[in-house]
Amino acid sequence: MSTHRELIRRALGPRVQFVQGDDACAYGAVLAGCTFFAGYPITPATEVAERMAEILPRIGGCYIQMEDEIASMGALIGASWTGAKVMTSTSGPGFSLMQENLGYAIMTETPCVVVNVQRSGPSTGQPTMGAYGDMMQARWGTHGDHEIIMLCPASVQEALEMTIVAFNLSERLRTPVLVFIDGELGHMRERLVIPNDDEFELVERPRATDRATYRPFAPGPDLVPPFAPFGSGFRTFVTGLTHNEDGLPRASSAAIHDQLVRRLAAKITNHLDLITRYEEFYADDCEIAIVAYGITARTCRDVVEEARRRGIKAGLLRLISIWPFPEHIVARWAERVRAMLVPEMNLGQIVHPIREAVAGRCVVAPYARIGGELHSPAELLEALEGLQWQPA
Amino acid sequence: MATGLKIKTAAELRTSYLRQEMFPTIFCDGCGLGNVLNYTLWAIDEVGLDLDRTVFVSGIGCSSRLPGYIDADGLHTTHGRALAFASGIRAANPELTVIVFTGDGDGAGIGGNHLLHTIRRNMDMTVILVNNFTYGMTGGQAAPTTPDGGFSSTTPYGNIEHPLDICELAKALGAPYVARWPVVSPAQPVKSIAEGIRKRGFALIEMLTPCPTAYGRRNGLKEIEQIWRWYREHTVLLDEWEWVEQFGSPEEREALRGKMKIGVFQDTERETFEERWAALVAREKL
Repeated sequence: MSTHRELIRRALGPRVQFVQGDDACAYGAVLAGCTFFAGYPITPATEVAERMAEILPRIGGCYIQMEDEIASMGALIGASWTGAKVMTSTSGPGFSLMQENLGYAIMTETPCVVVNVQRSGPSTGQPTMGAYGDMMQARWGTHGDHEIIMLCPASVQEALEMTIVAFNLSERLRTPVLVFIDGELGHMRERLVIPNDDEFELVERPRATDRATYRPFAPGPDLVPPFAPFGSGFRTFVTGLTHNEDGLPRASSAAIHDQLVRRLAAKITNHLDLITRYEEFYADDCEIAIVAYGITARTCRDVVEEARRRGIKAGLLRLISIWPFPEHIVARWAERVRAMLVPEMNLGQIVHPIREAVAGRCVVAPYARIGGELHSPAELLEALEGLQWQPA
Repeated sequence: MATGLKIKTAAELRTSYLRQEMFPTIFCDGCGLGNVLNYTLWAIDEVGLDLDRTVFVSGIGCSSRLPGYIDADGLHTTHGRALAFASGIRAANPELTVIVFTGDGDGAGIGGNHLLHTIRRNMDMTVILVNNFTYGMTGGQAAPTTPDGGFSSTTPYGNIEHPLDICELAKALGAPYVARWPVVSPAQPVKSIAEGIRKRGFALIEMLTPCPTAYGRRNGLKEIEQIWRWYREHTVLLDEWEWVEQFGSPEEREALRGKMKIGVFQDTERETFEERWAALVAREKL
């Protein structure tokens, strides 16, 4: 009889593979302990669901194809309350449909992971073309005050790694975590090394142990309430209404609402040390920085090297976690550099929190590109050269 | 099934199964939701369900408040989506019993697509769909079930849309158990809910439930006794209905217009999603 971890290894196949970003998200999920996937086909995210449909029955998990993305998100939350680690994947139009239930998962502190393989919008847009147009929707798409966690990998390997991290954060903090890639990265094939179990951390949600003292939404010192799955005899009532620490509706109380919604936000913003991820190049010797994320950041690495060969003191801040926004990191860079170039595959979204973090301390120059093509190294180099002559 | 109900008093049911701290309920005078809850508890008692292993799921609306009153796991979800959440629970842990409370607007209006597909998959759950002809919680707007000509705050000149027969839909989709009862007498609903819980697969029990506050008062049925009498007079047992359709006089047939058929419409067997998935896993697991 093989253990579950051995089953996972056998289901995933060879340690080194040549696969797409979408595949890597599925592999990461399975490695993280995901046993339930609910989804709906959509380009360019379909391959995530296809891999899960292949793998999950082979390891004794469950794949269910729902009637739409609203139902996918609903089924995901229901499954998570049985104690399962759960994931869905989608692209822009489907992510729009998931917003209401995403907010429900935030309000009810339900761990779940959502992969968005972004394509160009608005509306049906360019289904097969990559984009990063949902960055702000991820932050503010569901109604009401809330915090969200989003990770933005830049390679196939990192897509696997960040999906594992997404599960760990989601379990640890009992909140939805978003993994955002794009159609280019989702469909790009690269060498993938499947890590061994001792090469990454596996986190389980905090569990309630004593039924007598159990209060379903009474937080521990880290602001995260211990979890009791449905069927465990703890008898938890879960509602999207404003609720007290017993989980019972208190929708007319200003004080309870204020306390609940502030705690849900603080349990995330208090854990920036767990969440924040970034990479720096030439951070200590940089006059003009590029701040980038996702697939765009890959182009920037070469651009920085070429710029330095041409005598420009360029550097790169690659953001991996986008939400909560790593304001302190960007602010630190703003102290040192004269200008920041912000290339994005949208008409300027993350440039807004960057400007807020910079607070006028340096020039911030957005470089928008939409239509499904990546920024070319030549155009970014030219933009860097242009910034060189900007007055500080 | 024997109808030998263990007649527990309301007080006994309340102590055994309900969250005391949730009372009084939010329901209006003359609302039938208390009866629906009562009948459900009777059925649960009859079946001998273990509430530690039962999850009550609902969407949004008056009827969707019911899980909050029961001392068990409960998932009060988003508007129309109860069946999607419930499907996730059943698919991830088929050992749990799932009972869904939903309304006509929640379950057949905004949630109509999920109703269709949850029945198609034959997820093993019992759905108690409370039909009061209106969106009660928002103050009485037209629903997909509002009768022809019915008055509501959004059909002030009478409803021109054809109402949906939820049981016909469920039957056509192959739901293994489909029944409709008015709340005005307990025995048949209790029996049907118990049969629904015991049924392997999707069971739908539509409960015709008065809403004097939001629907009744706009349709000449404001008084509680009057609206309850209306349900007795406007519902016809399936056998009788079919007899009249086949053998009745033209006057008798004419008298069926504007009335509703009640009874058990379907009671069959069909493999469930959970059974089929388990078989697939048994075949494909490494």
